[in-house]
Amino acid sequence: MDLTALARRREVVLLVLIALLLAAVGARAPVFLTPASLGDVLTDTAILLMLACGQMAVILTRGIDLSVASNMAFTGMCTALLSKYHPELPIAVTLALAPLIGFCLGAVNGALIAWVKIPPIVVTLGTLSAYRGMIFILSGGASVVTHEFSRPYLDFPRQSLFGVSALVWIALVVCAGMAVFLNFSRTGRSLYAVGGNPLAARYVGIGIERCQFLVYCLSGTIAGLCGYLWVSRYAIAFTEVAFGYELTVIAACVIGGVSVAGGIGSVSGCLLGGLFLGIIGNALPVIQVSPFWQMAISGFVILCAVIVNSRSEARKGKLILRETEPAVQAPLQVRPETPS
Amino acid sequence: MTSLRYAVADRRKAAAADFWLRWEVLLLVLLAVVMLVNSRLSPWFLDYYNLLDSTFNFSEKAIMALSMTLIIVTRDIDLSVASIIALASVFMGLAAQAGAGVPLLVLIGLATGLLAGFANGAIITRFQIPAIVVTIGTMSLFRGIAYVVLGDTAITSYPSGFSWFGQSYLVWSIPFEFVLFLVLAAVFGFVLHFTTTGRRIYAIGNNPVAARFSGIPVDRYRLVLFTLNGLMAGLAAVLLTSRIGSTRPNIAAGWELEVITMVVLGGVSIMGGSGTISGVFIAVFVLGMMTFGLSLMNVPGIVMSVFVGVLLIASIAVPILIRRMLRREP
Repeated sequence: MDLTALARRREVVLLVLIALLLAAVGARAPVFLTPASLGDVLTDTAILLMLACGQMAVILTRGIDLSVASNMAFTGMCTALLSKYHPELPIAVTLALAPLIGFCLGAVNGALIAWVKIPPIVVTLGTLSAYRGMIFILSGGASVVTHEFSRPYLDFPRQSLFGVSALVWIALVVCAGMAVFLNFSRTGRSLYAVGGNPLAARYVGIGIERCQFLVYCLSGTIAGLCGYLWVSRYAIAFTEVAFGYELTVIAACVIGGVSVAGGIGSVSGCLLGGLFLGIIGNALPVIQVSPFWQMAISGFVILCAVIVNSRSEARKGKLILRETEPAVQAPLQVRPETPS
Repeated sequence: MTSLRYAVADRRKAAAADFWLRWEVLLLVLLAVVMLVNSRLSPWFLDYYNLLDSTFNFSEKAIMALSMTLIIVTRDIDLSVASIIALASVFMGLAAQAGAGVPLLVLIGLATGLLAGFANGAIITRFQIPAIVVTIGTMSLFRGIAYVVLGDTAITSYPSGFSWFGQSYLVWSIPFEFVLFLVLAAVFGFVLHFTTTGRRIYAIGNNPVAARFSGIPVDRYRLVLFTLNGLMAGLAAVLLTSRIGSTRPNIAAGWELEVITMVVLGGVSIMGGSGTISGVFIAVFVLGMMTFGLSLMNVPGIVMSVFVGVLLIASIAVPILIRRMLRREP
C-alpha cells in the first residue's frame, strides 16, 4: 500500500488526529500524558467503545439502534435493585443476568425490525421511550445510591489487572470478539453484504432477516453488559442514567468512518472514533475549559468528520446526476403481442 | 416479429377493508377510544376549558410536526429541531437582556431558526451527506452553543409584552398557539395536497433520481424544506420561550423524538413518498389527548413515554400484521 492510500485511510487519519490532540493537551497540561491519567481516560471511554462496536454492527446492516442508552439504563436499574435487595448473590449472577436482560430487550427490537418489517429508526425510537419509562415503573422513581449496593457489585469493575482496570479488560475482550466475529466469521462477513447490497445478499442466499435480528440482539446484549458496568462505575442508578447517550455512541461510529448507508465500517475505526470523543471529554477540564464546551465541540467534530467522509468519496467535477447503483427492477408483466 | 408491450393491471376495486384500513380512519378510531377511556376515567376530561388548555402542551410540537412531515416525505429527517429551539431561545434571551423590544425578539427567534435550518440544508445538499448524520452533528452543535453561552444559568428577564405569544387567548378562550397551529396546518395541507410543489415533494420522496430526471430541482427543494423546518423550530422557540418565560440550555430536551413520533404515528412513511397532513393532524390529537388524560390521572411524564413508545410501534405493527393475515386468507 503506498503512502497516499495509507493517508486516506480513516484509521490513519484518526490516529494522527488523536496524536495531535494528545500533544496539544500535553503541551498545556503535561499531567494529562502520565500513564495514570491516560489509564483514567481509557477507563472512562471503555463503555463508549463497547457500545460503539455493537452500534456499528447494526449500522452495517443499514439499521440504527436508538434504544441502547435506554436499554443500558434499564438493565443497570435491574442489576442495581437486585444488588440492593439480594446482596448475598454472587457477582457472577449479575454478570450473567445483565447481558441476558439486554439481549431480551434487543431481541424485541430485532423481531419487530426483521419479521414485522418496521423501519429500524421507528422501532428503536419507540423502544427508546418505552424502556426509559419502564425504569421508572420498575424503581418507582427512586434511585439506588452508593451505600445501597453490595460491595462486590461496586468492586468488580474497579479491580486492577496488570495496572489496567477490569473495565478496560472487559472492553478489550468485547471489542476483540467483535473484530474477530466481523472479520473472520461467515455471519460477520454477511453483515457487510446485507448492508452493502441487500438484493445481492438475498440472491447469494444470505438470510437478511436472521442477520438483522442478530445485530439488534448483539447490540442489546452489549448494552445490557454496559448497563451494569455504567451503574457500577458511577455507583448510582436512576431513571435518567445515560440520557441521550445513544447519540454519542452513533457519533463515535460516524467519526470512526462507519457509513450510515450501510456496509462500510471497521472495529478499529469505531474504537478510534470513541477514543477521540473520550479524550476530548477528559481533556477539557484538564486544560481548564468549561465542560459546557464539550457538547458544542463534539457536534463540530461530527460535522467535520462527515464532511471529510463525503469529500473522500466525492468525485471531481460537477455532476448534475450522480451515478447510483442501479435501482431494483420491478418485475414487469411482459407479454408478446398476439399477431391478429 | 413480435413486439413487447407492457400490460398494466387496472386498479383494484375498493373494498370495505380498504376504507377501514386507511390510516386516518384507524387514527380517528384510536382517537375516539382515547377520548372515551379518558372521559370514563376522569370527570374533568370532557371540560371545555380543560380541553382547550391542554392544547398548550402540544401546540409547539405540533407546529414543528407540520414541517417535519414535509422533510420525512422527501426521505430526509431532522433530529436538530429541539436544539434549534434552544439556540433560538438563547439568542432571544441575550437580546432581551440587552433590552430589545418584543418585535425584535420575535424577529431574532425566527431568524435564528431560519439560519440554523439553512445551515442544515446547505451542508446536506452541498456535501451530499445523509440528513440523519448531519442533524445528529448540528443537534450537538446547536445545543452545545446554548450550553457554552448559558452554562448552568437561566435567562428570565423578558419584557412583559413578550408573554402574549405563548399565554394569550383569542375568542372563546381558545389559545393563540392553538389557532396558529390550526391555520398553519391548513396552509401546509393545502401546499402538500393541492399544489404542484406538494406533488413534487412526493415525487422526490418516492424516487429522488427519477424526480431529478424529470426536471425537479431536488436539492433546492430539500434546502428550502430544511430552512422551512428551521423557521418552524424558531417559531416554536418564540412560543415556548414566551409561554414559560425563561431560557435554559436544556429547553425542549428530547422534543425531536416526540415530533418525529407525531409524524410517524400520523402515517408518514419514514422511507419517504407517502403520508398526509390530515393523518399527522389527527395523530397530534391522539398523542395530545392521551398525554392529557394520563396527566389528569397523575401518571408521571416518564411513564407516559411507555404509552407513547408502545403506541408508536403498535400503531404501525398492527395494520401490517392485519394486512398479512388478510392476504393469507383467500
